[in-house]
Amino acid sequence: MENIYLLIVLAPLVGAILAGFLGGSLGRKGAHWVTSTGVGISAVLSLYVLKRFMFDDQEVFNGAVYTWMVSDGLHMEVGFLVDQLTAVMISVVTFVSFCVHIYTIGYMADDEHNWPKTSLAGKNSYQRFFSYISLFTFSMLMLVMANNFMQLFFGWEAVGLVSYLLIGFWSVRPTAIFANLKAFLVNRVGDFGFILGIAAVAMYFNSLDYHEVFAMAPSLADTQIQIWGDSSWSLMSLIGILLFIGAMGKSAQVPLHVWLPDSMEGPTPISALIHAATMVTAGIFMVARMSPLYELSETALTFVLVIGATTAFFTGLIGIVQNDIKRVVAYSTLSQLGYMMVALGVSAYAAGIFHLMTHAFFKALLFLAAGSVIIGMHHDQDIRNMGGVKKYMPITYWTSLVGSLALIGFPGFSGFFSKDAIIEAVHHSNIAGAGYAYVLVVAGVFVTALYSFRMFFLVFHGEGPRDEHAKAHLHESPKVVTIPLILLAIPSVIIGYMTIDAMLFGDWFKGVLYVLPEHDTLAAVQGMVHSSNGMLAHTYASVPFYLAMGGLFVAWYIYMKNPEIADKIKTMAAPLHTLLDKKYWFDEAYQFVFAGGSRLLGKFLWLAGDRGVIDGLAVNGSAFSVGWLAGIIRHLQSGYLYHYAIAMILGLTLMLGWFVFA
Amino acid sequence: MFADWPILSLTIWLPIIGGFMVIASGDREANATRWTALIISVLTFLVSLPLWFGFDSSTAQMQFVERMDWIPLFNIEYYLGVDGISMPLIILTTFITPLVVIAGWEVIKYKPALYMAAFLIMEGVMVGVFAALDAMLFYVFWEAMLIPMFIIIGVWGGPNRVYATIKFFLYTFLGSVFMLVALIYMYYQSGNFEILGFHDLKLGHTEQILIFIAFLLAFAVKVPMWPVHTWLPDAHVEAPTGGSVILAAIMLKIGGYGFLRFSLPITPDASHTLDWLIIGMSLIAVVYIGFVALIQQDMKKLIAYSSIAHMGFVTLGFYIVFIVGQSAGSGAALGVEGGMVQMVSHGFISAAMFLCVGVLYDRMHSRQINDYGGVVNTMPVFAAFMVFFAMANAGLPGTSGFVGEFMVILASFRADFWYAVLASTTLIIGAAYTLWMVKRVVFGDVANDNVAALQDINGREYIVLGTLAAAVLVLGLWPAPLVEVMDASVNNLLQHISVSKL
Repeated sequence: MENIYLLIVLAPLVGAILAGFLGGSLGRKGAHWVTSTGVGISAVLSLYVLKRFMFDDQEVFNGAVYTWMVSDGLHMEVGFLVDQLTAVMISVVTFVSFCVHIYTIGYMADDEHNWPKTSLAGKNSYQRFFSYISLFTFSMLMLVMANNFMQLFFGWEAVGLVSYLLIGFWSVRPTAIFANLKAFLVNRVGDFGFILGIAAVAMYFNSLDYHEVFAMAPSLADTQIQIWGDSSWSLMSLIGILLFIGAMGKSAQVPLHVWLPDSMEGPTPISALIHAATMVTAGIFMVARMSPLYELSETALTFVLVIGATTAFFTGLIGIVQNDIKRVVAYSTLSQLGYMMVALGVSAYAAGIFHLMTHAFFKALLFLAAGSVIIGMHHDQDIRNMGGVKKYMPITYWTSLVGSLALIGFPGFSGFFSKDAIIEAVHHSNIAGAGYAYVLVVAGVFVTALYSFRMFFLVFHGEGPRDEHAKAHLHESPKVVTIPLILLAIPSVIIGYMTIDAMLFGDWFKGVLYVLPEHDTLAAVQGMVHSSNGMLAHTYASVPFYLAMGGLFVAWYIYMKNPEIADKIKTMAAPLHTLLDKKYWFDEAYQFVFAGGSRLLGKFLWLAGDRGVIDGLAVNGSAFSVGWLAGIIRHLQSGYLYHYAIAMILGLTLMLGWFVFA
Repeated sequence: MFADWPILSLTIWLPIIGGFMVIASGDREANATRWTALIISVLTFLVSLPLWFGFDSSTAQMQFVERMDWIPLFNIEYYLGVDGISMPLIILTTFITPLVVIAGWEVIKYKPALYMAAFLIMEGVMVGVFAALDAMLFYVFWEAMLIPMFIIIGVWGGPNRVYATIKFFLYTFLGSVFMLVALIYMYYQSGNFEILGFHDLKLGHTEQILIFIAFLLAFAVKVPMWPVHTWLPDAHVEAPTGGSVILAAIMLKIGGYGFLRFSLPITPDASHTLDWLIIGMSLIAVVYIGFVALIQQDMKKLIAYSSIAHMGFVTLGFYIVFIVGQSAGSGAALGVEGGMVQMVSHGFISAAMFLCVGVLYDRMHSRQINDYGGVVNTMPVFAAFMVFFAMANAGLPGTSGFVGEFMVILASFRADFWYAVLASTTLIIGAAYTLWMVKRVVFGDVANDNVAALQDINGREYIVLGTLAAAVLVLGLWPAPLVEVMDASVNNLLQHISVSKL
């Protein structure tokens, strides 16, 4: 099996290297074949691994590939941990990635139009794009298959790198290269916490290996440390919160969420793959993987819960007022990531991962469908210019409907099971902050349905596109685009029903995700609904269902039935609209305080510190003083005999006087 | 098999003698001169390789030792040898020099023979600094370094080169004079100039403090540490590309090496007493200098400041040993080895960054960030290299820039939570200044006609940058061999300083 794991990781890497370095000679066809094949191999093997875990009692693998470094007794290795959690993650990652590879063949087909004619960077950009998405797949696999914190950090940063390269893929666009720098730096703020968390683990556990750390964790559960004066901190809370700061960056949780909407500057395939389905869920995966640590600190769990709930609701609200088709989906992603975090916060790790999985399918689907509409609309992304697209793009329409229904949690669709499980788990949780979170996640259901179907109706229904030219050219996207949509639509419907009994109510994650009995909210949920069918039967008594339907209805009523209401509400609630439209002024505040403040501080330190005090006073000052002193002393050496004679006489007199009188 | 060969002497004298031969051959046959210089530097690299492959990493003893009388009257010896601390730095020196020779191939039109010779002589002298085990021999090499560098900046430098060279010379000379006094004092105590003998010399607390400060002045200027760093940006800005590369990649390391070879083992108690000073200066370097780098308009200045910030990790890693305690598993070895790895890695990355700026400067004759924009559109291959090295400079895992920083952050967390917090800010600031520069220089639409006319790198430049990229990647993906080589020596050093001399 070890070779299979190695192959899963390396196949995309080989594809990336070939397409990246030999892109020119491979040509476009060669590049997309070699990368798609690489990821395809990974996907098939990942599904095989998943199957072995499901039906053949596959043993958990935990082993090193090679020793990265040994220093001071601290072994750092590159190695894999493949268990049920990993098997789910690699299957999701490689499957979505494979779909995106196929889709990209269509989406990027005319990429040369996105570049100035003379730009050499535009040459082979198609091949480069494939190289990047395969490299991303490799990095993501390294992240989820890691068996230690060092490699986790490697994968964590490597996906960040590829995300940076892809957001700024169209590097001639000022907005794109602003967005990618912003994304990288905001992520680095998260990584700042993350690396400190890893350092704390290294210090107190003297190991970076997951299994060793997890095995030792209970013995350190009550450790208190002092980091500021005499106030003592629980070690586990500190580690949990520091690591979670990393997750806040990568998974775009408030207040580090600001980079994700801007990341939509990248081409749509990567918005689907990286900024919806996989990379942004790395934070969710990480917290779930660290469940043996998080379980030992209710403070950390509450922190996770409150941040997650805040993100889930408040970023969802912004989605209602966005007009860029991709940004609506982006805010929806933020909100759904918040839901996953909420699940982790109430120790329903399995529900978090379960929602991660269903969300990966339906959100990738929604993004790719949005991309398909964007192709049809000739890269106009404003939903106010769209409408009536249904008629022209039937496959995109139906798959979008599937994705939207899954997203709002329509009974039977995959999102229904995963979202309801989270809400129910919060309902049963006693942890501090659960009440706050419950209100927000329930209200969020209405918001989700509202923004999803607002977009859906505005894009697909109603009058045709405003622009006659656009209307004339609107047609369904090619097969390479629609087939991935269909491939993703299937799991968006069925995966929830199929797997919930094993993942949430069964023992799939037994021994992988660790939950203390008093935190076991999923057990309480199971006690109520028993199974997937029980959940379906229970639907008609649940508040979220009615809220989702309410949101759907309101969206229909406002945007289809009575469009003038939308404007009325906008003027009536103008301050609220401005607040949402400006995204709570996070961007402006950060730009002013952090970007502006840093530049100002830098300037001050440079001009006052380096130039003023050190160079001005100390260095040039001392040189100047020497010169000045020499200038004075020089006057003594005038060369006139009578000056010297007088000096001698004066000196003699003084000396004599001193001898005589002293 | 190499044990009996005078490999260190060969590595020192081959480039020095070769350098003088190059001068003698003159500028008439410029091409032949260049080839001679290249052959000599490559030969030197090959000659130095047995130091790596023949190195016994199980012992902290000096290896490849050569010893004979030099000035018997004062017991000064020609005494060479390497351990795990100095050997990697020698290989770094011999590795970088051929690249510098290739980088100056076409660019240097004025007195190419003297230029090439200066770098060859520089190489031999720097190897001498790392290999010398006699303090007087060390001092001679140490001061001899100034001459070629003075010539390099003074002859091929920019418009303000006179100010820069004098500043550079006075700064470093001021520091080293105090070191000389300290060395002579210890000579009177021990009767000879053996550095290893100085390690075992009994010294009182006040003596140690004074000696420590004398060394600190010499080494802090070289590293350079805040606040004696202001010569570096000026020197870099005025120096030709090759000069900047050697300065950043190797000369700065001599300061770091000095702390390990002199300050720590000779004055362990004073080091212990004053470790707060070094730690403070290092952390200021990381944070303060990071912000200063952020607002630089001149690419070379920016990278120079970034060098200072990165070198802050080196000294931080070295001086947390007293807080964490020197026992095995305490994090002390992690810190020192992290600092060492950081030195080697910074050798690759800063060299590459300065070469990247050099590539642009050769074409545009400007180092101002504002004169660029959209370079990727005309120089895609170069842009790939520059982004890669920028990422390495920002400490991306998988590149060598990550390894040392990671080790030092892990180690400094054991010393004090807040040290680690301050050190980790480099993740944000380092990425900010490096990538903001990349954004303004490499990305975007073509900014002006000069950028539009740029030609991508040629084969020669490709070889240089490609070689460094490979080095950065290999060290980043597999640092184990480097750490293994230095492990015994570092542990021996820690063992040594854990015993008080009082």
